[in-house]
Amino acid sequence: MSVDERKLDGNAIGGLLREIFTMEMTAAETTCAGCGAINALGRVDVYMDAPGAVVRCPSCESVLMRIVHGRGRYWVDLTGTRCLEFAES
Amino acid sequence: MRRLPGRRILRDTQRLMGFISRGFKGKRRDTASSSRVPPGQYVVNDFPVLSAGPTPRVNLDQWTFSIEGEIDEPKRWTWKELAALPSETVIKDIHCVTKWSKLDTSWKGVSVDVLLQGVETAAEFTTIFSDGGYTTNVPLDDITGNKAWVVYEFDGQPLHPEHGGPVRFLVPHLYFWKSAKWVRGIRLQKEEHPGFWESNGYNMYGDPWREQRYWGD
Ligand SMILES: [Zn+2]
Repeated sequence: MSVDERKLDGNAIGGLLREIFTMEMTAAETTCAGCGAINALGRVDVYMDAPGAVVRCPSCESVLMRIVHGRGRYWVDLTGTRCLEFAES
Repeated sequence: MRRLPGRRILRDTQRLMGFISRGFKGKRRDTASSSRVPPGQYVVNDFPVLSAGPTPRVNLDQWTFSIEGEIDEPKRWTWKELAALPSETVIKDIHCVTKWSKLDTSWKGVSVDVLLQGVETAAEFTTIFSDGGYTTNVPLDDITGNKAWVVYEFDGQPLHPEHGGPVRFLVPHLYFWKSAKWVRGIRLQKEEHPGFWESNGYNMYGDPWREQRYWGD
């Protein structure tokens, strides 16, 4: 597998985000705390084969979210997301 | 560095033979290695790649390795200087928190003891830092005393970028996320600062034999 193939889009964490937010989140929009770029979660860069899911800004590559799931718990770091905007379900 | 194509072919043949013969003696082999496999882990023969981000493009002409933080005079080596330091080849079992273990992996590099020779510090903790912004925290006692290396060869070959090349950290007695890829230095610290994964759910220490995977383990 080449390095480029490791990079997935946000649909790869669609299921994981549905577990956490209990609704469809791929249309939700993130504002990058690093560069201010706004992207739908379905369009961000995702690295899944690390110990957790790492979501990165497609514009500047900085980390938007880190999601760890284990021992029946989730840890969600949103430091790199200045705002997460989504419609009511 | 010299390439050994003959050796690679031999290795592939061995892998193939291992695959073929697994059906006959796989069970016996599992029993033999079980004392070397921590709880919850399984043995792999390939080398899975785990990345939290894009593979950095590293220019070795501008690459340096630094020791900074709680140290009177920070130390810094260029790639040529690091490669000229006394090196050793170590054979170690590695254990990834995603549950695979790989036995008898062969690495060549410089012991952290060599890098810290003559250094006096009040630090008890370290942050290992890498290109691409990755960090991981390890107690100083866990990277000294012949327990950690800065490595640039795997299995007799220059370390592939996917596996952290040109240079990665190796601290094999802890879960493999502590063995930071694309390493650039060691920050000596009086207090423990959680790294990239340790600040979001993963264990501060990460002992595979005690299954310290997550916070609270
Ligand atoms: Zn950005």
